[in-house]
Amino acid sequence: MSPIGLNHMLILSTALFFIGVYGFLTRRNLVTLLMSIELILNSVNINFLAFNKYLYPEKLDGLFFSLFIIAIAAAEAAVAIAIIINLYRSHQSIDVEDADSLRY
Amino acid sequence: MNLSLLILLPAITSLIILFSGKEQAKRIALGGALIQLGLTIFLLMCFWADSNLPGATQFIYEYNASWFPALQINYHVGVDGISVAMILLTAFVVFAGILMSWKVDRMQKEFFFLLTILGAGAYGFFISLDLFLMFFFLEVAVIPKFMLIGIWGSGKKIYSANKLALMLMAGSALVLIGMFGVYFLSNIGTASFDLVQISANGIPKDVQLYFFPFLFVGFGVFTALFPFHTWVPDGHSSAPTAASMFLAGISMKLGGYGCLRVATYLMPEAAEHYSWIIILLATIAIIYGAFATMMQTDLKYMNAYSSVSHCGFVLLGIGMLTPTAVTGAVLQMVSHGLMTALFFAAIGMLYERTHTREVAKLGGLLKVMPFISTVFFIAGLCSLGLPGLSGFVAEMTVFVGSWERVELLYRLATILACMSIVVTAVYILRATGKAMMGPVLNPEFNKLKDAAWNERLAGVVLIAGILAMGVMPFWLKDLVSPGALNIIEQINGVALLK
Amino acid sequence: MIDPDLILILLFLPLLSFVINGLFGRKLPGSIAGMLGSVSILISFLLSMSVAYTYFFQVGNISGVYESLVPFQMTWLRFSENFSINIGLLADPISMMMIVVVTFISLMVHIFSLGYMKGEERYATYYSFLSLFTFSMLGLVLASNIFQTYIFWELVGVSSFLLIGYYYQKPSAVAASKKAFIVTRFADLGFLIGILVLSYYSETFEFVTLTERLVPGDSEYSQAASSAGFLGISALTWGLVMIFIGGAGKSAMFPLHIWLPDAMEGPTPVSALIHAATMVVAGVYLVARLFPVFSLACPVALDVVAWTGIGSALFAALIACTQTDIKRVLAYSTMSQIGYMMFALGVSGYGGEEGLGYMAAMFHLFTHAMFKALLFLGAGVIIHYVHSNDLKDMGGLRKVLPITSITFLIGCLAIAGIPPFSGFFSKEEILLASSHSNFGIYIVALITAGLTAFYMFRLYFSIFWSKKIEVNSGHRHEGSFSMLAPLLILAVFAAISGFIPFGSFVTSDGTVLETHFHLEFSILPVSLSVAGIFFAWLLYKNTSSVPGRIADTAGTVYKVIYKKFYIDEVYEFITKKIIFQLIARPAAWFDKTIVDGMVNTAAAATQVFSLSISGFQSGKLQHYAFYFIGGAIGLALLFIYYLS
Repeated sequence: MSPIGLNHMLILSTALFFIGVYGFLTRRNLVTLLMSIELILNSVNINFLAFNKYLYPEKLDGLFFSLFIIAIAAAEAAVAIAIIINLYRSHQSIDVEDADSLRY
Repeated sequence: MNLSLLILLPAITSLIILFSGKEQAKRIALGGALIQLGLTIFLLMCFWADSNLPGATQFIYEYNASWFPALQINYHVGVDGISVAMILLTAFVVFAGILMSWKVDRMQKEFFFLLTILGAGAYGFFISLDLFLMFFFLEVAVIPKFMLIGIWGSGKKIYSANKLALMLMAGSALVLIGMFGVYFLSNIGTASFDLVQISANGIPKDVQLYFFPFLFVGFGVFTALFPFHTWVPDGHSSAPTAASMFLAGISMKLGGYGCLRVATYLMPEAAEHYSWIIILLATIAIIYGAFATMMQTDLKYMNAYSSVSHCGFVLLGIGMLTPTAVTGAVLQMVSHGLMTALFFAAIGMLYERTHTREVAKLGGLLKVMPFISTVFFIAGLCSLGLPGLSGFVAEMTVFVGSWERVELLYRLATILACMSIVVTAVYILRATGKAMMGPVLNPEFNKLKDAAWNERLAGVVLIAGILAMGVMPFWLKDLVSPGALNIIEQINGVALLK
Repeated sequence: MIDPDLILILLFLPLLSFVINGLFGRKLPGSIAGMLGSVSILISFLLSMSVAYTYFFQVGNISGVYESLVPFQMTWLRFSENFSINIGLLADPISMMMIVVVTFISLMVHIFSLGYMKGEERYATYYSFLSLFTFSMLGLVLASNIFQTYIFWELVGVSSFLLIGYYYQKPSAVAASKKAFIVTRFADLGFLIGILVLSYYSETFEFVTLTERLVPGDSEYSQAASSAGFLGISALTWGLVMIFIGGAGKSAMFPLHIWLPDAMEGPTPVSALIHAATMVVAGVYLVARLFPVFSLACPVALDVVAWTGIGSALFAALIACTQTDIKRVLAYSTMSQIGYMMFALGVSGYGGEEGLGYMAAMFHLFTHAMFKALLFLGAGVIIHYVHSNDLKDMGGLRKVLPITSITFLIGCLAIAGIPPFSGFFSKEEILLASSHSNFGIYIVALITAGLTAFYMFRLYFSIFWSKKIEVNSGHRHEGSFSMLAPLLILAVFAAISGFIPFGSFVTSDGTVLETHFHLEFSILPVSLSVAGIFFAWLLYKNTSSVPGRIADTAGTVYKVIYKKFYIDEVYEFITKKIIFQLIARPAAWFDKTIVDGMVNTAAAATQVFSLSISGFQSGKLQHYAFYFIGGAIGLALLFIYYLS
């Protein structure tokens, strides 16, 4: 079996990314939508780490950026949950199809 | 003579109106208009004195200050004879309009504010010598019209206000495109909006041919160029009296002035090239407008269509491109402005009393309201071109000027335009005969009162203007024709006269 | 030299009276307005007599020829270096003659109206309009510039409109005034186009210069005018015919005559002034003014004038035989007599003996003004007495209206052309001129003369003889002094003005034309007239059923003539069915539906488009996210593969 190379990592992260995008675009439940966003963010993380390890092994830039992303993802998830709670209070539902009052 | 006073005065007046009480608003507006009238007559006197001095340039009392240096936009103003004539017209019509609106019943402050701003826009337009400044003042005038019609109008006012505003803005959009063409592509090399500079240097012929239609049609929308004239009937008819007077009297002349000062003056070769289309459309407007007028049953619609027909004369004169015809076009602008303001004033007076504008419901009003009927009749006589009133002077100048062009199409157009004097007589006399003469149709009418002091004064002022032009046309003609000659002289090397 | 100030005063005094009576007349007590008007016309009349005297006997005759003098000229509206409308005064034989005629007849009418219109509500307005008319007519005849003529021509038209529509509460009067104005406006269109055509070639609007340049010779102007053409007819002919159309409208020549009978809706003194003696001869005056150009440069146009004239004369004479309204009979009689003047001009040559027709036309204009005004004013007295216009309400009036009866008889004898009354002399000259040039016209003229005598005496006998009826109401007296004095004065002139040696004053080229009395020639027309009178006497002196039976035998012919050859119906058809329905209505419809429809469609299309793309603003998060990601991927691909 060939060693696990950069390509494998990139394919993984791309696949995860697009699964996340697909989930983001099609899920009805706001919480699962958030989970898809986490998936996207994490796929990006894998991307950064892969590039860091395989292309620039002596540097740590990718690592630091991933840490940033984890922190940001956490904050963003917190804010998003707060929004969902407020949305539930006014619309009585967490279906994303019901949050369309800002339409033409 | 500082020309900016002409704009400053109405601007200050309108500000004072905003901060005044309801009852005071109309007095302040009237005072402002009266002072403005005095100022314009003073301008006329100064112009007579100064324009014949040796070394006088085409535009006098020029003032040029940088406004947006980065975009080469200057605050450049100046007048020549044509501008002075139009400024005089505006002063008369605004003054009469404010008098006619003395009895407005709601939101007086806003009404007179808007009316004064309209005046300021018109004055600014006529004195500007920078294209952008002209456009600025053109736009200043559109929104007040929309509000005046939409709020104080009658009939289907929302529809008419919308239609008027949108069509005029479409026209302005076309004008803007044309102006940008001139701005970027004139022979000066650098971009410039300055009228005098551009006309001194010229514009390449292919650029002219491309952008002339934009400018001419854009301004033409304002002056009821067929087939963009349909905003006129609805707009004028739904508007309150003073707004109708201003719209028909002045606003339509903004277009004619623009066609002359911008389109023809800056792009003479293109004007010559497209003149046959202009003549065709103008003749259609004259004849077709006159026939359509015959069928109208509402007095205001009748006058509005009649305005379409009369403004056709302006375009005809401009299209013919001889000095006499262009002078005639300017004379027609002044004459028609006064006449239609008078007509709308008379119709407004009638409507206010009888609450109907349908000719069929009126009858025998001469007996009940002699002053108003006489005013109506004089306006009608002016419209049909009776000698002694201004309409005759303007129309004859256009005819004689147009006859100088020998080509078959132009001759035919002139003859058709002449025929309009018969059609005009028919519809004017039908309306007058039905509404003014005959037995009193509705016994209720017997209780109606004749004109009040403000209406009488407005009528007298406008009739004085009409008579001044009709009985002594030489002063106005001499005022206007040097400017017209200047415009025609731009057309180099094209032999037009025999 | 002629003093221009006198002429200016006589011209503007009526205008002043118009303004004063118009603005303040209502506040003046009693008949001050009438007095004011009459006095101002009296002064104008005296001044015009003085000016005419100065012209004819002192300054006008320069080495045997009456020249055209221009004592006053002022630029009014300058179009270009060549073209300007000038306001000027032209003194030549016909203008001097006309100012005398106009002021005199106007004076008679003013005096007559003092009595006739007494008690009218709008008395002052009436007099102000009369003054306006007099001012306009004087301006017309004194004009030295063809555009100036046009200006006053239009003013005369408006004055006529105002006066015909004086009783504005009557729908028939309103309709009549509109008709008069519109028909004459249509003719004025021709006048305007004619002015444009002629002035284009002669490069001037001044009469003196225009005639000089267009009369053929070597002038390049007339060469250019005759060679340029349209549809095979020279520009000069077009111009002159167009101008004649203008004149034909004002002078009620066929087929532009329809307004004249209806114009009788106005007060009778107005009919006397405007529609008998002065305004209607404006067309004849115009042709006479341009006569050198007509006769020397364009004989074709002169033929048009001649045939229109004689046609109208016969046409009107036939109709007058059948009408029962006294004023209508007189109206058609006017049309017929103007036809005489027109064809007299039409058959005339220029200069010396050739110019007999011209002299005769002007002579007839003068005498006609006298006796026609007399007849109309007499009709006014009759109508005032009987309170009706219709012949069937009149009869046997010679006992109760003695003065009117005598003066009316004099007028009838004059118009019938019985010597020694004035009409005989002027008609004889006309017939002489036509017999010299066109025999066909001469014969028709003779027939018309006979008819004229017949219908005028039909009128006379039916009114003053015939049955004796009880007058239904009204005044038992003939009329006040102010109404009768003009009748007497005019009767005197109708009787003796034939003895004026007109040829010494007014001729085509200004030289003296001797006229002689040709006994042999006059026998035929006079006997025809006497025969006409005799027939009228037979049929109408006593009430009889003979006229009725003749009418029945004539059947349809009579009916057609009685219905005025159905010309009015033709016009109504053309205006209502063709112009209104086929041109005006479709134009209005087209504008409202098609042109406006396009605007509304543009607005609707914008709305539809905007509604359709508003779907993009769905408010759904996932749609927005899709656009975002899709756009980002698209841009990325673009940059990577196309724009690197």
